[in-house]
Amino acid sequence: MSTDLSKPDSRLLPGSAATPVGSVGAATRPAKISVRHLNFYYGKSQALFDISLDIPERMVTAFIGPSGCGKSTFLRTLNRMNDIIPGTRVEGDILIDNADIYASATDVVDLRLRVGMVFQKSNPFPKSIFDNVAYGLRINRMTSSKSDLKAHVEQALKDAAIWEEVKDRLNQSALGLSGGQQQRLCIARALAIRPSVILMDEPASALDPMATAKIEELIVELKKQYTIVIVTHNMQQAARVSDITAFYWLGKLIEVNPTDKMFTNPIEKLTEDYITGRFG
Amino acid sequence: MSDFKHIIAKRKRQDFLFNIVGILCTLVGILTLGALLADLLIDGLVRINWTFLTSFPSRFAERAGILSSWVGTLLIMIVTAATAVPLGVAAGIYLEEYARRNWVTNLIEINIANLAGVPSIIYGLMALSLLVYQFRLGQSVLTGGLTLAFLILPIVIVATREALRTIPQGIREAAYALGSTKWQVVRHHLLPYSLGGTMTGIIIALSRAIGETAPLITIGALTFIAFLPPPPIKGQAPFVSFEWLTSPFSVLPIQMFNWVSRPDQDFVVNAAGAGLVLIFVTLLLNAIAIAIRYRVRKRIKW
Repeated sequence: MSTDLSKPDSRLLPGSAATPVGSVGAATRPAKISVRHLNFYYGKSQALFDISLDIPERMVTAFIGPSGCGKSTFLRTLNRMNDIIPGTRVEGDILIDNADIYASATDVVDLRLRVGMVFQKSNPFPKSIFDNVAYGLRINRMTSSKSDLKAHVEQALKDAAIWEEVKDRLNQSALGLSGGQQQRLCIARALAIRPSVILMDEPASALDPMATAKIEELIVELKKQYTIVIVTHNMQQAARVSDITAFYWLGKLIEVNPTDKMFTNPIEKLTEDYITGRFG
Repeated sequence: MSDFKHIIAKRKRQDFLFNIVGILCTLVGILTLGALLADLLIDGLVRINWTFLTSFPSRFAERAGILSSWVGTLLIMIVTAATAVPLGVAAGIYLEEYARRNWVTNLIEINIANLAGVPSIIYGLMALSLLVYQFRLGQSVLTGGLTLAFLILPIVIVATREALRTIPQGIREAAYALGSTKWQVVRHHLLPYSLGGTMTGIIIALSRAIGETAPLITIGALTFIAFLPPPPIKGQAPFVSFEWLTSPFSVLPIQMFNWVSRPDQDFVVNAAGAGLVLIFVTLLLNAIAIAIRYRVRKRIKW
């Protein structure tokens, strides 16, 4: 799908109706993911309330909000990762590339191949660095030969900006890497299967500032090719890396706006209070 | 200020006292075990030689050996492991990873925990009525092996589940996020990463089964047996034979039981010799379990 990047898209995001897009540096692109009236339940307790949101393609959308506000839960509905938690239930529609991902015809494996995920705590498999990145390619038979596999793994490691650090020890255990390296390896592992969307659940929250800076640079680089949704506790991080920011509070989507608008001139009082550190 | 020092000194004395009490308690256990081993060694070591290992039981103590009973123990353990391991591991995986949490699984869980505590002779009674009388498997190696398999099944299930639980949820999520199916998550990740814990549990379970006497006596294991089961490999096609499964058997603890109940002191020495062999095998199994655990822990740190 090709989009003319030079022309600002006149479509507006829900919640940003009062904001002229022209005041924002980045143009909003067509929606990759459309969420309509999403409710989510853990057993009997409702965690998300009537969320509607468009996530534009090849941009970085950040979810912010206090702990327990549902931003991670929402992120995990986008690749149906909550399916593996017993007793969860979803109402409403989530369309990715105009197809309902909760439709009975949807193959979850296929969905997760298109929507990759990076987790808060780096979770490399206790296998070699190479095998970690190759895993998704192997189980989904995505490469034709051994040399093809090697090329794909190398490319993924390069895309995740970790190739130079690991190229001489691809056969060593991934558990021997530092925390920041492990997280970039997990990003490489997610990139290897060429998803179009990457979900990141606080990918830098366990990392030191240097490693965090590397991950952030990487995110900005990756958005050229991927639609990125990132959950973060760190508001500076949201301001630095994202194009769109969505603020959640108690399971509700309070406000979504282009990031610079959000951080300079939020519409909702609640957003302003949170961003300026008056609560949360 | 001096009050304060006084209080600290008092607390340090308490600490020291508990240290002493702890050492004493530990010593009671270790010394008892040491004494048992020493006693067995003093009594039995004289009988440990090649003839003892390669002779059938006999009316004469000095000619009697443990050939048929150690072969019996080995064959029973093979049957036990071959049935209890796949059943137990599969059940453990199912309960931990596949089963929905509801009252049925809860009931099954409680029952498995209880089964582990059922006296072994009860298993013998069940095997007698079910395997020997109902299924007509006879008082055979197969019956004996299956009986002990039932006995250790709960241990294997619990060990498998414990081992699976040590794997962080993040690993499962990572695999699912890359497009794994449930079976791929189990086959490629959970099974290999839990192998250390599962293997340890299996070996501990087998080392419990190897010493069991009561259930095997209940199903009618022989105490005097002067022949070996037919060999599993034959000269002509199909070269493999399972006839040994239907053979009557004895095992080491039963042989010991038989010998100690005789009035002749020489047979008690034989029993001590057989006991040494049994303890040696058990310790060997435990050592293997510890070695596996150590190696896996070195390789995988969560």
